[in-house]
Parts: sequence; C-alpha cells; structure tokens
Amino acid sequence: MGNPMKIRAAVKDGVTEVKILMQHEMETGLRKDADGTLVPAWFITEVKAQYQGRTVLETQFGQSISKNPYLLFRFKGGAAGEKITVSWVDNKGDTRSDEVTIAA
Amino acid sequence: MNMEINLQRRKALKTGGGVGLLALFGALGLLQSGVAFAEWNKTAFSAKTMDDALNALGVIVPENGAASIQLTVPEIAENGAVVPVTVASTLADVEQITIFVDKNPSVLAANFTLPQGTEAYITTRVKMGQTANVIALVKAGGKFYRTSKEVKVTAGGCGG
Amino acid sequence: MNNSNVIKLIPLLVLATSCAATAAESEISDSDRIAQYREMISDGNPADFDEMRGEALWKTVAGPKQASLEKCDLGKGAGVVKGVYTELPRYFKDTGKVQDLESRLLTCMTTLQGIPEEEIAAKPFASEKKASDISSLATYVVGQSKGIKMAVSTKHPQAKEAYEIGKRIFNYRAGPYDFACSTCHATSNVRIRMQDLPNLNVRKDAQAAYANWPAYRVSQGLTRSFQWRLNDCFRQQRFPEPKFASEATVALTMFLAVSANGGEYAGPGLKR
Ligand code: HEC
Repeated sequence: MGNPMKIRAAVKDGVTEVKILMQHEMETGLRKDADGTLVPAWFITEVKAQYQGRTVLETQFGQSISKNPYLLFRFKGGAAGEKITVSWVDNKGDTRSDEVTIAA
Repeated sequence: MNMEINLQRRKALKTGGGVGLLALFGALGLLQSGVAFAEWNKTAFSAKTMDDALNALGVIVPENGAASIQLTVPEIAENGAVVPVTVASTLADVEQITIFVDKNPSVLAANFTLPQGTEAYITTRVKMGQTANVIALVKAGGKFYRTSKEVKVTAGGCGG
Repeated sequence: MNNSNVIKLIPLLVLATSCAATAAESEISDSDRIAQYREMISDGNPADFDEMRGEALWKTVAGPKQASLEKCDLGKGAGVVKGVYTELPRYFKDTGKVQDLESRLLTCMTTLQGIPEEEIAAKPFASEKKASDISSLATYVVGQSKGIKMAVSTKHPQAKEAYEIGKRIFNYRAGPYDFACSTCHATSNVRIRMQDLPNLNVRKDAQAAYANWPAYRVSQGLTRSFQWRLNDCFRQQRFPEPKFASEATVALTMFLAVSANGGEYAGPGLKR
C-alpha cells in the first residue's frame, strides 16, 4: 500500500476546492541513479476523486508528472463535514486511498 | 505491462481470487478503496509526438483555444522537475482537459475526465527536461480546443 | 580531498568568477519571473510528508530505552514543541551547552531513547534511498513554529559567546580560494547564475534566508535540514565538511538565527 496523501478540501460559495498532494517517486524509467543504473519506471497512472459515492474527477497520469504529484480541482456542491475520497493506482498495481472532510 | 495488470485485475475481480502477486495487490486495493479504475491509455501515454498522442486520444483537428482556454504556466521554471500548470476554460460543458509537454520523451502528461458539476479548472505539476511548450487541450460539447505556452527551463545553479 | 571534489572545483572557480560578480540589475525581470514561479509552487509543499514522518517518529517508542521523544525538552519545557524553533539555538542547563535544534534532538535521542550518538550522526541527512530520522524530526519541530517571530536570545554569556564565534566563522577566510561565507553572502544584489545570494548581514535578507529552512529541495526531491544547508555552503567554500551538530555549526547557526530575529518563521520551505 502506498504512503498517505495530504488532502485538503474547502467549500466556498457552493464550490468545493480540493487540493491533493500524493507521495510518490514518479520515476520516468529514463533516469539513472548515482551508480549509473537505469531506475525502472514507477509512477501513478490513475487518480480518482469521489464525493458521496459519485466520481468528481478521473485522472490519468503519464511519466511527465512531477515527483509527489499535486492536483487541484473544483466541483459544484459539497458541504462542510461531508467526505471526499481520493484513490490512486500506480503502474506496479500498488494503490492508496485517503479520505478528507470538507472544511467550511 | 500495464494493460496486463489491468486485465489481470479485472480477472481477479471477476473470479474474486488473486491471480499472481500484482493482481493480488490490485485486488486488495480495490477491496480497500472500492474504486475501479478505467483502463490506462497506454498508447497515448507512450506517444513520442503530438500527432501520435492526439491520434491515440481520438482527437480530430483541434480548434484554436487561445481565447477560450486559460493556460497558466510560469515563464521561467527555476527547476524543470516541478512546473506548475493550471488549465481553466470558459467554454460550456467541458468534459476533458489534457496536458502535453511537446519536448518530453512522452508528450502526454495528464488527461482529466470531468463529470458534470466539476469545473473546468485544474492545477497539476509536470516535469520538463528542457525549455518546451506546454499544450492544453480542452474537450467541450464534443469539440476539441487547443492552446500552448512556452516555459523556459533554467539549468540548476552553482548550489548543487 | 578525493578526486571527485577536485573535479568539482574547476566549474566552481569559473562560476565564482563569472557568476558571483554579476550584478542583479541586468536581469531584474528574470528575478521577478522566478519569484512568480516560486509563488506558483508555494502551495502543496512535499516537506509536509517529512513533517508527518517526523511527527510519527516523535511520538513513537524507540531505541534501547523504549521511549518516545514526547518528554524531550527543546527549551520551553518537556514535550513542548510549539514555537521552540524561534528561540533556538539557546543555552541548555542540563548539558551546559548552547544547542541548536539538531544537536538538541541528538541529546534527546541519546538520553531519552538510548540511541548511540554515532548511530544518529551516521545518517544526519536524508538521501534518495533513505530518509533520516533526525532530519525528519527537525522538519516536524520547525513546522510547529510557523508564523511565529524569530526571537533568539544572546542574554546568556555562553549564547553571546556562540554568537560571536559564529560571526567570526562567517567572516573567516580560508581554503583553496580564500573564501569566507561573507565572500558570497555579505554583498547585496549578487547572484550565482540564477540564484540570488542573500546578503546575510542585511536583516531582511537574513530573515528570508533563515526563516524558510528546513526546505523541500525540488532539485533533489528531498526535504533538507538547516545543517545540510550549511554543510553545502561549506562545500561550496571548499572547507572540510563540519562534524554533525558540532559547536562550530551551532555557533554559526546562532549567528544566522540572531541575524534573522524579528522575522516570521515560514518553514518548512520549498526551494528550487
Ligand atoms: C561560493 C559562494 C558561497 C559561499 C562561500 C557560501 N555560500 Fe551560502 N549560498 C551560496 C549559494 C549559491 C546559495 C544558494 C544556493 C541555492 O539556491 O541552491 C547559498 C545559500 C545559502 C543559504 C540559504 C539561502 C536561502 O535563501 O535559502 C544560507 C543560509 C547560506 N548560504 C549560508 C552560508 C554560510 C553560513 C556560509 C559559510 C559557511 C556560506 N553560505 C558560504 C553560495 C555560497
């Protein structure tokens, strides 16, 4: 199981803004380490955000996304105290899911 | 490789049992999060050129989106490892936002599917190996729009 | 000095002459653009993860003595973390020494947890392959001082002495290039390539430079401690790498921290 994400969500004027910071190496597969060996590709391929069981964002990532990926998006609705779940899967099949409570 | 994982995961789901280690991890993840992921678009994410990537995404010649897409990138990125990109659009019914870096080994960086109710406003961070164009593609009302901006990537300084 | 160091010397010499002398005026717009870039990445700092790691370590029972660090006294009483960083380094009665955050954490880890000092000092910094516990602990502690003004005291005679020694180290020229910290950091509006060099004798610069460390270093994908920052500058100065948590680095930190007094602590930061 992957490392925890840091997720913040806040609602303002009927729109919920979600900020996600994921912990992941996001190796391109093209980088060489200090010893000159090629570091195998290892990156998050998909991220999904759900609000009350409904998908609010579906994401596919490639090798060009920065280490420790950051994602910000907004959706209409959401109320303080409600929950949002964010999940990712990487190219090795590892996954992670975290939940956040919407702040006012 | 990845398609295989996805296929195996599906199979694992269907049979309810683990098929190999990877599938087991996948299945565990699914059980924990209850989330099923769509199939990762390997062809598009492996594309080396814009044309190939657009083809793989089924994009028919995009229209000029300079006015309808707000692409925010820094003029200079102090470090190519982290280049912030924000794509927003004033178009109605935006269904999809896609980000490319034209000089990266794989040009497609991220593809976002926005369900109804999700606003056309996304920020993420991409890696850039060198000064290049960041390209934003927006699909709205079944049509594609495209705009781009150059980001200068400076070499690291003396600080190491 | 090993071979790779000698090789690294050559480009430095070129840079030091060609970049250090470049006045900033000619490239003010680039500075603005870099400021804009930094602003754009300021939200979502991966240092948060190191902070989380450090917090867990702080609360986890470890070492031969099977204790957590929750009884560690960082200057404001056993277990107090809030705001402590803004008053460090300081004089500690129990050790009879002036200590900065890292040397104090070292004391707590050895006395409370019974972890041998050599074991901790052997991996004082995070690497690509392995995180460093003491470094993560420091990231956690500093995060609890965010928004609080730096207020380091030199009232205690030993604190005053450390400050004076630190000041001397800052201005001490030596090594193959006869460099001191002040060679690079005592003139305003100087840069090495794209990096503005803070004039650490100017309060505003000192505040900005000090108050953002430890920091997540984008170029390295790691959260770096203040001691690491100093060591890297000693390296640029072609000085030998100082011993971890040594009196010299504590004194230098004392000098820099006092120079930053009054500035709001803003770390853990995010650096190129
Ligand atoms: C050869 C020039 C040089 C010397 C000598 C030097 N530094 Fe630096 N210092 C730099 C550069 C360049 C940077 C910025 C590095 C970067 O951004 O990676 C820097 C950054 C710093 C910073 C962090 C500034 C910030 O805003 O993040 C501090 C603090 C610092 N130096 C202190 C010192 C001290 C103390 C010494 C003496 C032990 C010293 N430096 C010696 C070149 C030097």
